[in-house]
Amino acid sequence: MKADIRVALVGNPNTGKSTLFNVLTGLNQKIGNFPGVTVDKKVGYTTLPDGRTAEIIDLPGTYSIYPKSQDESIVFSVLADKHNAHTPDLVVIILDASNLKRNLLLYSQVADLKIPVVVALNMMDMAKKADIDIDVNLFAKKLGVPVVPISARKNEGTAALKNAISFANKFAFQEDSIDVNTIAPELVEAIGRELNIDNPYLALQLAHQHETLKFLTPEQSDRIEELEKEHSFNSQKAQGAETIARYAFINDLLYDTVKKPVTAQGETHSNKIDKILTHKFFGFVIFFAILMFMFQAIFSWSSYPMELIGDAFVWVQDSLHHTLPPGPLTSLLVDGIIAGLSGVMVFIPQIAILFAFISILEDTGYMSRVTFMMDKLMRKVGLNGKSVVPLIGGFACAVPSIMGTRTIENWKDRMITIMVTPLVTCSARLPIYTLLIALVVPNHNVWWVFNMQGLALTGMYVFSLISAIVVAWVFKFILKGKERGYFIMELPVYRMPRWNNVIFSMYDRSKAFVFQAGKVIIAISIILWVLASYGPGDRFTKIDQKFSAPQYTQHMTPDSLSRTISSAKLENSYAGVLGHAIEPVIRPLGFDWKIGIALITSFAAREVFVGTMATIYSVNGSAEKMQSVYQKMKEAKNPDTGQPVFTLAVAFSLMMFYAFAMQCASTVAIVFRETKNWRWPAIQFAYMTVLAYAASFIAYVVLK
Amino acid sequence: MRLSQLEVGETGIVKEFTDLEMSVKLMEMGCLPGEEVRIERIAPLGDPIAINVAGYQLSLRKREAYTVVLQ
Repeated sequence: MKADIRVALVGNPNTGKSTLFNVLTGLNQKIGNFPGVTVDKKVGYTTLPDGRTAEIIDLPGTYSIYPKSQDESIVFSVLADKHNAHTPDLVVIILDASNLKRNLLLYSQVADLKIPVVVALNMMDMAKKADIDIDVNLFAKKLGVPVVPISARKNEGTAALKNAISFANKFAFQEDSIDVNTIAPELVEAIGRELNIDNPYLALQLAHQHETLKFLTPEQSDRIEELEKEHSFNSQKAQGAETIARYAFINDLLYDTVKKPVTAQGETHSNKIDKILTHKFFGFVIFFAILMFMFQAIFSWSSYPMELIGDAFVWVQDSLHHTLPPGPLTSLLVDGIIAGLSGVMVFIPQIAILFAFISILEDTGYMSRVTFMMDKLMRKVGLNGKSVVPLIGGFACAVPSIMGTRTIENWKDRMITIMVTPLVTCSARLPIYTLLIALVVPNHNVWWVFNMQGLALTGMYVFSLISAIVVAWVFKFILKGKERGYFIMELPVYRMPRWNNVIFSMYDRSKAFVFQAGKVIIAISIILWVLASYGPGDRFTKIDQKFSAPQYTQHMTPDSLSRTISSAKLENSYAGVLGHAIEPVIRPLGFDWKIGIALITSFAAREVFVGTMATIYSVNGSAEKMQSVYQKMKEAKNPDTGQPVFTLAVAFSLMMFYAFAMQCASTVAIVFRETKNWRWPAIQFAYMTVLAYAASFIAYVVLK
Repeated sequence: MRLSQLEVGETGIVKEFTDLEMSVKLMEMGCLPGEEVRIERIAPLGDPIAINVAGYQLSLRKREAYTVVLQ
């Protein structure tokens, strides 16, 4: 899409920046109340009152132009790089009207870069509630920029904001905030001269940030470094002096434009909630109750829609088998593709519920309280309070969670978080656990309310958290950190979740799951079907010959004969050969060659397991009697002993394997992308596979 | 007197910092000399703490609060 004007959205975290972005562009995104949810650059389009199209870039929320984490560093590099295709023509700075002082620091920094600016004064409703009276006209006059009061959540004032964008100047007319030349004047002048920069604040920022800026050539960066040495520049001292000067400017600005109630207000709404939610005792009780409720809900609320979807697929398969002519193509469609697909679709309700919960926890601001409560505990094991968010997000999916670790400033804390996040039970493991638990754990209630299957599932989740913490603690001693860790973080006020956001998140994540995982699963289902339906050499013809002999055709019923034949064929198919090849290795874990096939295919993605099981047992079963995967696995018998294949020991051994093994190509890829070194994903893959084998072995031996 | 020595509900005024790196980060967040700070609450496990500064709530560890000298 071609845009006439490019607008960057800049602001502190928790100022409603993402909400404004959604209101302006209509392009709904996942947003939360937790600082730093906006990680990747998001772009949307809006039509201005004069008919022009504006491209809106949503930049990561930051308190200052000095970056403290990786995603914050994007802000300055987008604003400063004049030769980039994404350089904005205009910056819309969103300020929280109820918290202007701190918000204005970022404004004054951006304004000094001399890019045209429009101020969106958000949360005017909340400011009014707190009796904060802002003289908007005087405020705008003192700043020298258009100021538009808005309420992004209520969609108030956004039309005026669009108007202001369309009338914005091409040139920056804002008043100077501080005299930049009082800070390192010789250095600023030297950099300005050598790099041909006429803005002193830009030159000063280059001195601070040149090491991480991609748009500088190595020669330029080296030259800046030399100049810094020459002028004995101390980055931290300079930044401190600048910040003090900026707050002096801000105090002066607010002195006659903002009136706050003089008397201290009574206890705020948010404070009262905090008293309970971060209470010494109830804080943890509530946190665990929320987690517990979440997992129970995932299990019980989803059971009815899941049954419905499962039955619908059985019906489709059944009717297709009856209407389509029998043959390899029908078999490929029904036993390969549709069987595999049903394994994915059935889990949509669970994934939707999980994401609804996570989105609510983030949106309300509760997630940052969890961070606050858990920091001390997390620090003991080498993590950081902020690691709690990726870990809880790991319940959904490790991939976005690992991307979310960018908000952790400390390198060692971040690395350990990345290393252990994939251990947390992600939504892809959920289908496997649900299926295996349903097979071996009775569906009874204990203590009236707790369903045993729900308890077993909760157990797997808790177990995954414990193992992540133990592994983190081990890594704490292995990794060597250079910098100090710190925990200076805003606790945003509690807000009601935005329900349309929650619903969007449910829809968006389910869709992503179906399309991303679905593609892999269908591809693997087809490959599997081929591997399971054809065998090397003339093995299949030999089987047909063998069973056409009179001793079989005369002494066996046609039904049991056909089952014996297809069973023999599967064992001699390519898949069977492959499964047999790894059988000696997995035999101690209680797995047979059929499970072996599922293990191999699951290394691409865990959720393939259920589809694989469906495909393998469909090929093996009789086509007349279509059943759900659950029934097929329930009825699976060991051909040698006649005992069920999926005993308690085998099921838990399998769950242990899936709990630890790094069976996710996307996670491997994202860990590489985030760490920029193959060593990390390699170490992760190795340690997780070793743990998986050991845990699986122990579970099998103990439960056998 | 250090910020970390205040009890819940007590207020103080920031005088100076003992650590340059920490001071830069705290000042950015609006916690700078002359500013009034109040201890809002202490995390259930005794650390970190939440303070009210410049009209909002900020959490920091006790070790970090120790670098803030009060008037």
